[in-house]
Amino acid sequence: MRMNDTNVIYGINGPVVTVKESHSFSMMEMVYVGEERLVGEVIGITSELTTIQVYEETTGLRPGEPVTGTGSPMNVTLGPGILDNIFDGIERPLKAIEEKSGAFISRGSSVSALDEGREWDVALRVKPGDEVKGGDIYAVCPETPIIEHRCMVPPALSGVIESVKPDGKHRVNDTVAVLRDKRGALHELTLCQHWPIRTPRPVAQRLQTTLPLITGQRVIDTLFPIAKGGTAAIPGGFGTGKTMTQHQLAKWCDADIIIYVGCGERGNEMSQVLDEFSELVDPKSGRPMTDRTVLIANTSNMPVAAREASIYTGITLAEYYRDMGYHVAIMADSTSRWAEALREISGRLEEMPAEEGFPAYLPSRLSEFYERAGMSVNLNGSDGSVTIIGAVSPQGSDFSEPVTQNTKRFTRCFWALDKALAYARHYPAINWTQSYSEYFIDLDPWYTENLGEEFIKYRRRINRLLQEESQLMEIVKLIGSDVLPDDQKLVIETARVIRVGFLQQNAFHQDDTFVPLEKQKQMMRVILYLYRKARQLVSASVPISNILETGLFDKLVKMKYDIPNNRLDLFDEYIAEIDRLLAELVAS
Amino acid sequence: MLIDYLGVREINGSLIVLDDVEGASFEEVVDIRLDDGTLRQGRVVQMEGSRVVIQVFEGTRGISLDNTRTRLKGHPMELALSPELLGRVFDGAGRPIDGLGDIYPVARANINGTPINPVSRVYPKNYINTGISTIDTLMTLIRGQKLPIFSGSGMKHNELAVQIARQARISDEGEEKFCIVFAAMGAKNDVAEYFRRSFDESGVLQKVVMFLNLSNDPIIERILTPRCALTAAEYLAFEQGMHVLVIMTDMTSYAEALREFSSSKGEIPGRKGFPGYLYSDLASLYERAGMVRGKSGSVTQIPILTMPNDDVTHPVPDLTGYITEGQIVLDRTLDSSGVYPPVSILPSLSRLMKDGIGEGYTRADHSALSNQLFASYAKVMDARSLASVIGEEELSPTDKKYIEFGKQFEQHFVSQGANENRAIGESLDLGWQLLSTLPREELDRVDDRLLDQYYHPDQKEA
Repeated sequence: MRMNDTNVIYGINGPVVTVKESHSFSMMEMVYVGEERLVGEVIGITSELTTIQVYEETTGLRPGEPVTGTGSPMNVTLGPGILDNIFDGIERPLKAIEEKSGAFISRGSSVSALDEGREWDVALRVKPGDEVKGGDIYAVCPETPIIEHRCMVPPALSGVIESVKPDGKHRVNDTVAVLRDKRGALHELTLCQHWPIRTPRPVAQRLQTTLPLITGQRVIDTLFPIAKGGTAAIPGGFGTGKTMTQHQLAKWCDADIIIYVGCGERGNEMSQVLDEFSELVDPKSGRPMTDRTVLIANTSNMPVAAREASIYTGITLAEYYRDMGYHVAIMADSTSRWAEALREISGRLEEMPAEEGFPAYLPSRLSEFYERAGMSVNLNGSDGSVTIIGAVSPQGSDFSEPVTQNTKRFTRCFWALDKALAYARHYPAINWTQSYSEYFIDLDPWYTENLGEEFIKYRRRINRLLQEESQLMEIVKLIGSDVLPDDQKLVIETARVIRVGFLQQNAFHQDDTFVPLEKQKQMMRVILYLYRKARQLVSASVPISNILETGLFDKLVKMKYDIPNNRLDLFDEYIAEIDRLLAELVAS
Repeated sequence: MLIDYLGVREINGSLIVLDDVEGASFEEVVDIRLDDGTLRQGRVVQMEGSRVVIQVFEGTRGISLDNTRTRLKGHPMELALSPELLGRVFDGAGRPIDGLGDIYPVARANINGTPINPVSRVYPKNYINTGISTIDTLMTLIRGQKLPIFSGSGMKHNELAVQIARQARISDEGEEKFCIVFAAMGAKNDVAEYFRRSFDESGVLQKVVMFLNLSNDPIIERILTPRCALTAAEYLAFEQGMHVLVIMTDMTSYAEALREFSSSKGEIPGRKGFPGYLYSDLASLYERAGMVRGKSGSVTQIPILTMPNDDVTHPVPDLTGYITEGQIVLDRTLDSSGVYPPVSILPSLSRLMKDGIGEGYTRADHSALSNQLFASYAKVMDARSLASVIGEEELSPTDKKYIEFGKQFEQHFVSQGANENRAIGESLDLGWQLLSTLPREELDRVDDRLLDQYYHPDQKEA
């Protein structure tokens, strides 16, 4: 029995509000707090006290104000209109809020998540008498010019279609079909459905992750690749380029849909993302990037509880599009802010802290989140994937802190950003000795099939050269490079070409910001070819200084700029020139 | 209906607890009148039924269980606002202390502010010319940015902040639209006086609003000081259309005040005893910088913080760095070798500069030049550490050139007079001149076209 009218605020401490002696709430239920109906969520219940975290500023709340339950857990509305939109952490559209309350966000703004007035060009995919089950597509509409929105029967529902509306203009809340379930109950299907954010959407079967997510970033695609449906962590202290790397991935990776969660980050950065994405043109479709992007912005000064929810809101939207059969990539920047939000709320609840004040359930929350990634067969038989790329901001740039360590356990790619590289403006500052990817085994067949066996061979050689260099550098740091024998100097010179000419990538250069895999392979080929030829000369006692004087090494460093992405034939000229110049050297 | 509550139930540090309070609201302001007639202010920080915990700004000294009358004011902490703020001096809680009387408010605003909607923000692109080579060239300050100075005790951060405030020019607008809000949190009296005098000498005092919470002022007020300052700044920027530069010193004292307050509330501490919400709290200040669509003004922040023991991983600089858009780090070695401003190049950064420089803003070669300077200076550091092991004599000729470049760079580029105002073109040319002492093939961040234009190794040095 519910007696909502009797529930009133008892205590207030920051974003945490308590209600005394109430039996009407359930765990994780969404509630409205106070006269202004601030959104909150029940996070603890005892017979004396119900604890609620509030997703908005609590200034001005008074004990005695009403708390109303909604009877359902914190959920999001899923339907057309999500793409090309920007939401806060609990799926309130920020553009609509701006229209309503101006440049500063006021509290209790009740705006529905999706534009209810907008008419969509709906085509029905079912007819009366059709048997449908959870996940089946009953209607489609073009959500943006490049993405078709597919309305699916909610996972728990199945039955026979009773009636449908004709194709044509419909709004989000219009009933377009009626379904009769086994027990004979009628369900109206609109263009949208609701889903609790903390519950993963079901799939029919999980698949092995055998397709790479192609990012066009050489250090990632070549050395530390990630699969579609994979998980990656990008840890790095401030100023090491986490956000830039995330932006690059969001812009260029070959997912169909991008969900970008700005979790507790800078407001100006979010406005930059907004600016850039609307100007950027997707190379595949020729349409603005925003046509396939959803932004979730919960900047660091917005309420902390909503920051905690924003990650779940993002992943739920991602799963929804995956169910339609799309490949979705979600960028979470940064998961540390989310973990800190957990800590902050845990502290307000006076829970017993574990490591560094973080709650003991931090690892389980992190694993729950990352496990929602994957490649799968959906309920309707289509294939889709959710790839999670989470930035981590380790406190004090110390990778041994709890969030980084626990994230490492649950992700299979680890792209460690390095302060020293960032200081030298080597971007992306992904450290090649600390980073790793566990996807080689899954992805190598794809690389072999599509790029030939050499690709993997080249990668191995490049890796070995870098390893050799890092060992040699230990010596160089102590005694200088002059004393090294010529063959070791050659390793150092070649590794320099690899570092500066290959791993380092300029996000602002039109050809270098995205590099196709074939070009990556050709670049490796030319570098390794020069290395092989030069090593032959060195073993024939040609001094390394003479080889360097040919200028070939410097030429290769600049080849990433000099060879446009559509002129891969030029690589053969480079090979020819290496042959020519080195032959001249031997002749003299 | 205003009720006075007699006495208190409990006193703990700067907190007092009242029982049986009716109609109080969270974060509401209260007046506390002592029997001896003194008036103190406080704020509701926690509520449980009719029990209310109040934080007393001026501290609880002299308060006993029954010598007070407490009155709820019915609204959260507000600041009176008017264009007359300019030229005035306030204490840390926003009360005038310059003897000119209360200001007549045109508007009042909650000092906690409200978050700017991310879609309403304008992405900052217009650079601010500070006349300081290192900053303009390598970590360009952008209008609407928050760019802190990470310093340590005894270094010349105050001088640097004053120089920035004095020389800062916005490229395309007149000076009348420019003003400064200065917030001192736990600053020494001398420091506050130094700022006041410097503003006076450069004739900008009438364009400055000061909020002073000196080191011997109540610590709890320190938590309000930056909020008052930013509320004033937001008013001047978004209501009066001015470009406001907010200087806040010292954020470390502020964070310590927050720690003291948190521990007196009995909260579970995080790193180094700072409360778990330090990040959110700092963000609620720093994020108030920016520009808003449809308003002509801007709020630019230069917070100054002293790193205890020069440790950049201390929670305050660490969390600050994660929120602000870059940082200017000062270096003790440079400082003691007499380089002013002692800006440590490599860890310093401006995140917003990439879109605010180059053609149309500064000069087309700016971005390439600054990348190259960073990269070359990083090599100087490698060469130096090598030299310290094997001696400078043993270095390769290239490394020797780097050592020489590093020396020249620090003496001519980083170092400049406290009153020296270099134009952006001048700084950029100087950078090219220095780079020209290095072999051309070492400059791998610059393309050939720019090198042809600017690389002149034969030219004599300045």
